[in-house]
Amino acid sequence: MTAQADTTAREMLRLGGVTVRFGTSEGQPALDAVDLDVAPHEIVCVLGPSGSGKSTLLRVVAGLQQADAGRVLLAGRDQSQVPTHRRGVGLMFQDHQLFPQRDVAGNVAFGLRMRGSSRAEQERTVAELLELVGLPGAQRRAVASLSGGEQQRVALARALAPRPRLLMLDEPLGQLDRGLRERLVVELRRLFRELGTTVLAVTHDQGEAFALADRVVVMQNGRIAQTGTPLEVWQRPATEFVARFLGFDNVVAATVQGEAAVTPWGKVPVPEGTADGPCRLLVRPAGVRLTPAPEGLPCTVTARTFRGTHVALLLQPTAGPRLEAACALRDAPETGERVGIAFASEDVVVLDAAPE
Amino acid sequence: MALPLAFFALFFAYPVVAIVGRGLKDGGQWRLGRIGEVVADPDVLHVLWFTVWQAAASTALTLLIALPGAYVFARFDFPGKQVLRAVVMVPFVLPTVVVGSAFLALVGRGGLLDDLWGVRLDTSVWAILLAHVFFNYAVVVRTVGGLWGQLDPRQEEAARVLGAGRFTAWRRVTLPALGPAVAAAALMVFLFTFTSFGVVQILGGPTFSTLEVEIYRQTADFLDLPTAAVLTMIQFAAVLGLLALHAWTVRRRESALRLVDAAQTARRPRGRGQWALLWGTLAVIAVLLVMPLAVLVERSFAAPGGYGPAFYDTLLSAGSADSTFAVAPLDALWNSLAYGAAATLIALVVGGLAAAALTLRTRSAETPAAGQLVRGFDALLMLPLGVSAVTVGFGFLITLDEPPLDLRSSWWLVPLAQALVGVPFVVRTMLPVLRAVDGRLREAAAVLGASPWRVWREVDLPIVRRAVLIAAGFAFAVSLGEFGATVFIARPDQPTLPVAVARLLGRAGELNYGQAMALSTILMVVCAGALLALERIRPTDHSGEF
Repeated sequence: MTAQADTTAREMLRLGGVTVRFGTSEGQPALDAVDLDVAPHEIVCVLGPSGSGKSTLLRVVAGLQQADAGRVLLAGRDQSQVPTHRRGVGLMFQDHQLFPQRDVAGNVAFGLRMRGSSRAEQERTVAELLELVGLPGAQRRAVASLSGGEQQRVALARALAPRPRLLMLDEPLGQLDRGLRERLVVELRRLFRELGTTVLAVTHDQGEAFALADRVVVMQNGRIAQTGTPLEVWQRPATEFVARFLGFDNVVAATVQGEAAVTPWGKVPVPEGTADGPCRLLVRPAGVRLTPAPEGLPCTVTARTFRGTHVALLLQPTAGPRLEAACALRDAPETGERVGIAFASEDVVVLDAAPE
Repeated sequence: MALPLAFFALFFAYPVVAIVGRGLKDGGQWRLGRIGEVVADPDVLHVLWFTVWQAAASTALTLLIALPGAYVFARFDFPGKQVLRAVVMVPFVLPTVVVGSAFLALVGRGGLLDDLWGVRLDTSVWAILLAHVFFNYAVVVRTVGGLWGQLDPRQEEAARVLGAGRFTAWRRVTLPALGPAVAAAALMVFLFTFTSFGVVQILGGPTFSTLEVEIYRQTADFLDLPTAAVLTMIQFAAVLGLLALHAWTVRRRESALRLVDAAQTARRPRGRGQWALLWGTLAVIAVLLVMPLAVLVERSFAAPGGYGPAFYDTLLSAGSADSTFAVAPLDALWNSLAYGAAATLIALVVGGLAAAALTLRTRSAETPAAGQLVRGFDALLMLPLGVSAVTVGFGFLITLDEPPLDLRSSWWLVPLAQALVGVPFVVRTMLPVLRAVDGRLREAAAVLGASPWRVWREVDLPIVRRAVLIAAGFAFAVSLGEFGATVFIARPDQPTLPVAVARLLGRAGELNYGQAMALSTILMVVCAGALLALERIRPTDHSGEF
């Protein structure tokens, strides 16, 4: 009990064993015994493919979806008997859900009106927030006249207006084009830092998650596959699922013996301290080094794609599955050329046996 | 656009104008003073007052009873929902004569309530009001419920996350979004009840009379054309105003609401309150919609010597020798079907062309003036719904009687009049579907090498085909039930089913009453059959704008 009392003081949000089943009780649950803590002022991003249970997670926290099992604690208090509108959380919907029959100010002030704020206070807060999200003076504009990016800003202002203790974002930038998205991620992070907002966001876009979050939670089929800082997750994907979701496809079965692993590609050096035995092995594209043709594992270049900062090569080795490699533009061979490759141990990751 | 316009000019505007003119013209002189005299008549004032009052009361009662039903159909998923949806729609297409008979069987003299508790409502206004609710329940459920089901439930969730309770969220978010649809449905119900004829004719007795009934009495019983003409003009003006208001609310409804697939918003009821609402709605439907029809069927079998098909037997055996019938009832059924089929064909051609013209013109309308022209045409097509059918029928008789257009003895006179009422349904059903065909589909087909004709054949037709079938069914059902105009122009030896029913009800005697019930039952089965066939075609809730 003391341990729990200790954590309730620290965590803004704590999920314990939250399970949600849709339809019949058989089959895969949408959320399967999920445990998750979010500390005050922390920005946590849940990352996963569609259907992994991310949005359901947010709906459970907001009280829009009843959990079949498990507990939701906000600032240490159990929320099972608390209706949505008394939980004091904010939720920005994937497609914003702005009220079309109200203008911008009417949307942003909605939460304040529900809390019975005075008219003067509403007006002041709306003006402040619109300034903050970069839409000063937009109060009287119709929702339908806003561009996608502007709608997103208004939705953010509306969610922030009642000062929620926890702000949740569902695919916050999903519908925007790439340039706008990259700019807004930076703006959002600065904004949340300034306001000290606690944020729980979900997205399927790893770039968005890594740019926004202090901590990333990768979900797979209703379970948490990995938790860590963006750097940790990127450098050390815990399972094959996480590795493949992040876009790494050089994954093979391997058996570690001392400082190297036996793989279909031959011997691959592994980081120091790796335990012996069978495992799955990831070689990041940067860890595939080109060598002059006679040396190393002989490969044929089957495709090359220019990626701006580097060139991605698809290689077909004489033995084993295809490999992806990254190299600088001036070193890049042409399609059809024969090259040799070697592996660099710092880009080799030993994965947990995936629970698939 | 030219053909529908010509059709309306010849078969609608001309007869109506002619009869109004004949009423108000005396020896080549306009006698507009007649208007003042008629309007000042206390009897007419009384009729006017009653017409407005009962329409308002019927509308309010219908909304009160049907709005919870709209919610149930929009948001709940339960076994048998599709069937129930079709059942609810049946009364709307039933002939007014059948509805009148059904309520007579339920609450009238010797009716079910009279037998059980000695309660009779046919002398009170309640019978009329309940019959109107019976009729228009589906209008509200379809118009409001259709939109309600497509409103994104997450709009309410967004409000709740922002601190609004369940009821506040509904009042602040859903109600404003539904508002225009509720207003449109209310106006439609008001329009239908304002011009109510068959129901009031049968249930109103000598005490209660709407404008339409009064027009019929003045024309047919008293041959007082001037008064009838003035009443027609009053009704016309009122209908015009209502339609303008309706068009305005529909336009507002088109404001940027975000709609989702209705199939995704319905869930099984949860909690005691929701189950109670569902069962309450089912009870209302059972008592108000199903029971009158069930009683009608029951009465049609309640022969003097115990239950049996005695009335049906007499109907079948009644030949021309029988004095009560100028024509065999079976022939009336055949007449009805033949007229209905012909009227459906006319309505489909005219309405289809009009809908196509409206779609094309709307797409190409760039100037506001052109847009207004299109909207005007749109509203014009709705007019026959509200203009006194009695006037149209009588107008047909006095205008289409001389060369080159002497149709008085033509078989086509009846289908032409019935088609007038069918056209608005065809247009309303096809317009949304035609408008929803994405122009880019046509472009895609064209880029892939389809000629304009092939584009229409491969893209438009498959999408519209369902709508055409549905429109045909609607047109057929309303043609079958059309009474106000048909009663005037159908030749005595060629009555339709509704006309035959009305004749039977107009006579005394248990046999006539029973035969009327039996004939009404047949008519109901035919209409319900047409509708249920439609419901199998209709994939989801695209019932047009009624």
